[in-house]
Amino acid sequence: MAARVHKFGPLRIAALFHARRIVRKGAKAAIGLVPKKALGSNIIYWLVIGFLFMPLVVLIAYSFNKSRSGEWTGFSFVWYQKLFMDSPDLWKAFQNSVIIAFSSALMATVLGTLAAVGTARYSFKLKSYVATMSFIPMILPEIVVGVSLLIFFAGIGLQLGMMTVWIAHTTFNIPFVYLLVSARLEESDPTIVEAARDLGASELQTLFRVIIPMALPGIASAFLTAITLSLEDFVITFFVSGPGATTLPLYIYSMIRFGVSPVVNALSAVMVAGTVLLVYPLRNFLKVFAAR
Amino acid sequence: MKRNYGMAYAAPQALWLTVFFAAPLLIIIAYSFLKKGLYGGVELHLSLQAYIDMANPTLLLVTLRTLWMSFVATLITILIALPCGYSIARSKNQALRLFLVIVPFWTNFLVRCYAWIAILGNEGFVNQALRFLGFRPEGVQFLYNQGAVVLVLVYMYLPYAILPLFSTIDKFDFTLLEAARDLGASKMQSYIKVMLPNIKGGIVTSILFTFIPIFGAYAVPLLIGGKDSYMLGNVIADQLTKTRNWPLASAISMTVTLLTAISVFLFALRKPKEHHIEKDMDPLASSSGGAGRNGLVGGSAEGVR
Repeated sequence: MAARVHKFGPLRIAALFHARRIVRKGAKAAIGLVPKKALGSNIIYWLVIGFLFMPLVVLIAYSFNKSRSGEWTGFSFVWYQKLFMDSPDLWKAFQNSVIIAFSSALMATVLGTLAAVGTARYSFKLKSYVATMSFIPMILPEIVVGVSLLIFFAGIGLQLGMMTVWIAHTTFNIPFVYLLVSARLEESDPTIVEAARDLGASELQTLFRVIIPMALPGIASAFLTAITLSLEDFVITFFVSGPGATTLPLYIYSMIRFGVSPVVNALSAVMVAGTVLLVYPLRNFLKVFAAR
Repeated sequence: MKRNYGMAYAAPQALWLTVFFAAPLLIIIAYSFLKKGLYGGVELHLSLQAYIDMANPTLLLVTLRTLWMSFVATLITILIALPCGYSIARSKNQALRLFLVIVPFWTNFLVRCYAWIAILGNEGFVNQALRFLGFRPEGVQFLYNQGAVVLVLVYMYLPYAILPLFSTIDKFDFTLLEAARDLGASKMQSYIKVMLPNIKGGIVTSILFTFIPIFGAYAVPLLIGGKDSYMLGNVIADQLTKTRNWPLASAISMTVTLLTAISVFLFALRKPKEHHIEKDMDPLASSSGGAGRNGLVGGSAEGVR
């Protein structure tokens, strides 16, 4: 039922979600079944959170360290200054990453959404082919995808660069878009679409005025997921990238590999802070997504 | 009778994936049966040399090691993730607890790798701390061994395991535990005999989502590992870019693909028997949920009902 609620917009979801929880808790309390504190597992949970955050905390601490080495010599903003004032290559890589992320997410969202609509509404000859092909890339190890694309690009003589990175990112993003939009379409009411058709809407009108608005939460989360995956990808990009197409992860990789400068610490701290700021307002939606 | 536009909708994606996913895969299958070219690439001669090369002891050792390390890392990950998922599911503040798991996970992969180098390295945090406490001024080499690689792999893939486990455990009816206790089961018995069979689906999903990426790991062993922790992913990359033996790189990629496919299908085949309800989509799609690489939406397909 949480799924159905979705349709009415974010505020409603949050409210109803909350209400449902209160009801559930209340019912349990009434019959004396309030869960006891799961003490042992809570201890493990907090230890794991400590484990997950520890490296990030260390990085952030080091980013304020005056010296280059691991030894603490004093508080300083020097690496931040260097990061923002004196790292043109890094910002170029960041720019490349953003360009690739948006363009590949856009392409994947268009292709994946159309295919999801097609497979949700119709059955046709190649349906199982489409479904299978949209699934396999997700389970293959990234390195296989990267290697096969590299060999493919070399075979057709396509020069490695922004173009090949864009193609690769679109390719690995499509399955996620397809899956997320399909899940969304599956839980929406098919009779609404039928009604639109019966009332004389053309196929395109139905698509743009009924199906897409209905699937919009799914499409939006697919687009955001695609952007995240693209910004994050290292392994596949590593293989298909060429001169002038260094993305941020590749740049960080080369910084780690060839002479670490504490600028990486400062950059990491900025990225951690960025993630927290970006994700924190979305935390209730994370819950909705994760627990559906 | 309405017209069937299904193919029109699906064609662009089908075409894209055929050209940029299926074709490249077919090409590496073909390449693995060809002769190695002099400067990379291949010659058009049928040859089983790549597969013969693969049978050499060094590569077999790497394969076994990769399997072993993936197994150990997956096992540790699942054992830690189970109580975590349980704790989140029983918490009053699920959203916050999930958020705390996801934040480190959304931080760039390489940044997290680098953080571990900063912690375990010779000049790293742990050694500085040890020196500060008066131990071993020469420092301890924590990095560049199998233990470090397994540790970082567990670190990287814990959220992949926690999220699907949480979403299945959250749907589990905890009153069953109470019932089991009332009927005389010990606490452990109630978990193992009552809860575990009910959350099998989630466990399978988390095993797949940790084992597969770990098995194909490339960056972690490259940055954190040493000679004794070289994994198949690294061999593929080396054969491709350094030794320029493309048929061998293709053959190893094929092996990795096959092993992955086999493990997925082994799991997927036994799944439908347990979950009669999920018969609509193909069994794989429901077992994959939606957690995927981003893990945000663990088990969405399962939760629709």
